Amino acid sequence: MSSTLRIVNGKVYDPANDIDGQVRDVCILDGKIVDSVPEDAPTIDAHGMVVMPGGVDIHCHIAGSKVNLARKFQPEDHRYDPHPGTEYTRSGSGGVVPSTFATGYRYATMGYTTAMEAAVPPLSARHVLEELEDTPIIDKGYYVLMGNNSMLHQLLEKGRMEEFREAVAWWVKATKAYTIKLVNPGADEMWKGKKNANITALDQKIHAFDLTPRKVIKALIDVANDLGLPHPAHIHCNNLGHSGNYETTLETMRTAEGRRVHITHIQFHSYGGEVGKNPVSAARAISDFVNDNPNISADVGQVMFGKSVSMTADAPLAWMLRHVKERKWINADTECESGCGIIPFEYQQHVYTHTLQWAIGLELFLMAKDPWRMVLSTDHPNGGSFLNYPRLIRLLMDRDFRNQEATRVNQKAIGKTSLPDLTREYSMQEIAIVTRAGPARLLGLKNKGHLGVGADADITIYDEMDNKEEMFNAARFVIKDGHLFIKNHEFCADHSGRIFHIAPEYDKSIENEIRSFFDDYYSVQFDNYPVSDTHVHNTEVIANIPVT
Amino acid sequence: MDKNTATEKNTTIIKNATCTFCGCVCDDMELTVDLDEKCIIKSKNACVLGKAWFSEHSVDESRPVALIDGKEASLEDAIEEAAQILVNARFPIIYGLSDTTSEAQRQAVAMADYLSANIDSTSSVCHGPTGMGLQGVGEPTTTLGEVKNRADMVVYWGCNPTDCHPRLSTHFTVMPKGMYIPNGRKDRTVINVDIRSTSTTNIADLFVQLKPGSDYELLSALRSISRGRRLNPSIEEQTGVPMATIEDVAHRLMSCNYGILFFGMGLTMTRGRHYNTGALHLLAADLNEHTHFVVKPARGHGNVTGADTVMSWQTGYPFGVNFNRGYPRHEPGEFTTTDILVRGEADAACIIASDPIANFARPAIEHLKKIPVISFDPKPTPTSQIARVALTTACYGINVPGTVYRMDDIPIPLRPAFESPFPSDLDILKPLTERIRELKAH
Ligand code: SF4
Ligand SMILES: [Zn+2]
Repeated sequence: MSSTLRIVNGKVYDPANDIDGQVRDVCILDGKIVDSVPEDAPTIDAHGMVVMPGGVDIHCHIAGSKVNLARKFQPEDHRYDPHPGTEYTRSGSGGVVPSTFATGYRYATMGYTTAMEAAVPPLSARHVLEELEDTPIIDKGYYVLMGNNSMLHQLLEKGRMEEFREAVAWWVKATKAYTIKLVNPGADEMWKGKKNANITALDQKIHAFDLTPRKVIKALIDVANDLGLPHPAHIHCNNLGHSGNYETTLETMRTAEGRRVHITHIQFHSYGGEVGKNPVSAARAISDFVNDNPNISADVGQVMFGKSVSMTADAPLAWMLRHVKERKWINADTECESGCGIIPFEYQQHVYTHTLQWAIGLELFLMAKDPWRMVLSTDHPNGGSFLNYPRLIRLLMDRDFRNQEATRVNQKAIGKTSLPDLTREYSMQEIAIVTRAGPARLLGLKNKGHLGVGADADITIYDEMDNKEEMFNAARFVIKDGHLFIKNHEFCADHSGRIFHIAPEYDKSIENEIRSFFDDYYSVQFDNYPVSDTHVHNTEVIANIPVT
Repeated sequence: MDKNTATEKNTTIIKNATCTFCGCVCDDMELTVDLDEKCIIKSKNACVLGKAWFSEHSVDESRPVALIDGKEASLEDAIEEAAQILVNARFPIIYGLSDTTSEAQRQAVAMADYLSANIDSTSSVCHGPTGMGLQGVGEPTTTLGEVKNRADMVVYWGCNPTDCHPRLSTHFTVMPKGMYIPNGRKDRTVINVDIRSTSTTNIADLFVQLKPGSDYELLSALRSISRGRRLNPSIEEQTGVPMATIEDVAHRLMSCNYGILFFGMGLTMTRGRHYNTGALHLLAADLNEHTHFVVKPARGHGNVTGADTVMSWQTGYPFGVNFNRGYPRHEPGEFTTTDILVRGEADAACIIASDPIANFARPAIEHLKKIPVISFDPKPTPTSQIARVALTTACYGINVPGTVYRMDDIPIPLRPAFESPFPSDLDILKPLTERIRELKAH
């Protein structure tokens, strides 16, 4: 399928190639960016428009068992936000947790073309892959939960590091995941085995194991680096949401000892104050540490006012939130691998803590010296729906708007932050970094997030407008793999997108050991556990990077 | 899969095959297959129900792939006829789906979407109220392996797994040893709550017999105790359970280390329905103030859980979904199949791997008999007998690969035993959907 296209007259923002708003042509051949195309190639006139690589979301919850439970138990979330089909596209339902089809189309409408589901128990791998296959337009992948894995805990407590590495590699490959995810490492054993207790410190003993969270964190950071995973261990730190947790976050980052690690939704881990009392901002301490340590990357996990759903593998967190307001609550344990909690939630401007969270997220953005390593997320739908991104972009780009919004929120909370003193405004180029170029680079996706020759032709064209929220709300044109599928704001085609995963090599002899663990403690047969290559279509293996 | 297949003469052995007869979806079957006769001659590890399932599903090659008005027809003609019926209907309904692969379920929802049809699974006549309980109050839950590893308290409420899910207790929840249950059965307490004793009562340490229709009251009483409230003595009269027993049960639930409540249609299809399931979910939630407690519906058909799961991810709703406005809407009672039929609204029906003529209420059956029906089934059934278009399909798990969701939402792969000359549900649904799209475009 040979197809060509030339985009002309647009202002191009391509930070990875140092192109900052210059008007120039972008040429496409067979789904890739090329130097030139024949004179008679079809063109799009992007006069008065901004041309960027397609957006890349490094952390969201859009598919798999917990997301689907959240969909299933909230008919009230969908009812007032139906998503009608078109001649080309399937219908679905919206809300904070949209159906798979609505998710793909709505990301695409905003100009996003890649998104990563951030937390799936390995036992549900097939489930998430089937849902991702039903998530149209965008490319995608998922992170597999490894921080509370009983078999890995056993290897680790015995200090069997070789076998630990082989087992991690086997697991990631068997489940067709994109990287290793840790969520509140060590806590599941306390939650399930000790009548709903939680872990509170990195050096606390994990119930039933001769092990601490710190050892688990260190081991998984090392394995991800040793295996050369394109994206390093992706960590949701311990103590999420608790006052004073920033020290746990700093300790977690120190545990990396200079090796690559990604700290996710870092806003939720940047609270000062005393446990059990109101939090205060510790954005400065966190920001300084990230600024000074180039091995660390993070996404913000901005909180946006309005409806959200707390859905997390951090089961004790959801249990804590259930006591804030006794609402419907889901808990879902996965044998030997994970916990999970889900609670509908709402961030309100008049609430001290909610305002503080909102302001800390903005502080983290505005204090970041290197936007390539502090990228945009709302931890959708935990901090709010991904549909809030355009508004968040406006908050970053438009100081007057930000100041005006800051007058509508809890003033006591704002007074505890440095937000009023931060005058920085993000440039268009910086927005292109935190929404596309940065996440793509952190993910090790070489063909994403830029418009250089050889890149995937995933391109978004926005009308240039003063109101940045309106501008980023709906792209005028969106191109995926060289195909135009949004034209003048309307879908003109459908597209299925690819599923990215990694396939690290491992020593086959580890399988015997895992098999005997399965025979004893799992409810499925070992041979039925790995996802076969034919199970899902349109997959692509992303190669490991050279080990440093 | 190759290495699991050892050929000798005309038989082969399939290891780690999956039984799709009930919601346990046991994936440790060892099947001996007669390839000449196209049947399974031995099914090691299967329970009595599983053994019957495997032995019944031989292939009768003499059957026609399709019948139109009772006359033999080609698959192409049958698909064309089915497409015409569905496209020309004003209120087409799609129903069944609990005995097919998730791949076919996904395609069926796509077809419903393109057709602006109503789609519903057998959930609406079994655990629909469980889904509504979930929507109302949430649900603390778990996978079966965690029950095996940790549960020292297993409650069976209004269900009889010994007869209906024979390996639930023996393979997953009661008998096996687990990580923190070193002695298996000895380390667990089993409580059975029901209106009469069943085979499951025989394996229980404690049987609590309650008056029919008083589940909600008994659940509420247990909740009250767990919240530290005092009970009104009238509860004895209402439920028929002595106060001392209620208190004993409550204290056992509160003091275990990891407890689970399994429940079935004795709770979901009796007085109170989704109030019952809601109360049960809330009891488990409340018990988490004292210990770790979860619930799990004992789901019946092999992939009924998949039907809920797939419909939820594609539409946002687990069952009873209507697309006639061009987007999904959900309303139990309005878009659930028996209700639609009883009101006489549907004017065409596509029944996939289910037999409503054999088990719906009479007024629903009466209406179904009046409208054109398309049926998908490996065997002749009362529904296929009345169908305008009756399609013979290959059987999932036995002839067809794919994914099935176990009662705890865990996706399990299928390893078919032998090939069928008949198409799978998916093989038919794909061209049928394509044809519907073509016809709709004109
Ligand atoms: S318990 Fe159910 S799934 Fe398991 S063998 Fe018996 S019928 Fe089959
Ligand atoms: Zn997250």
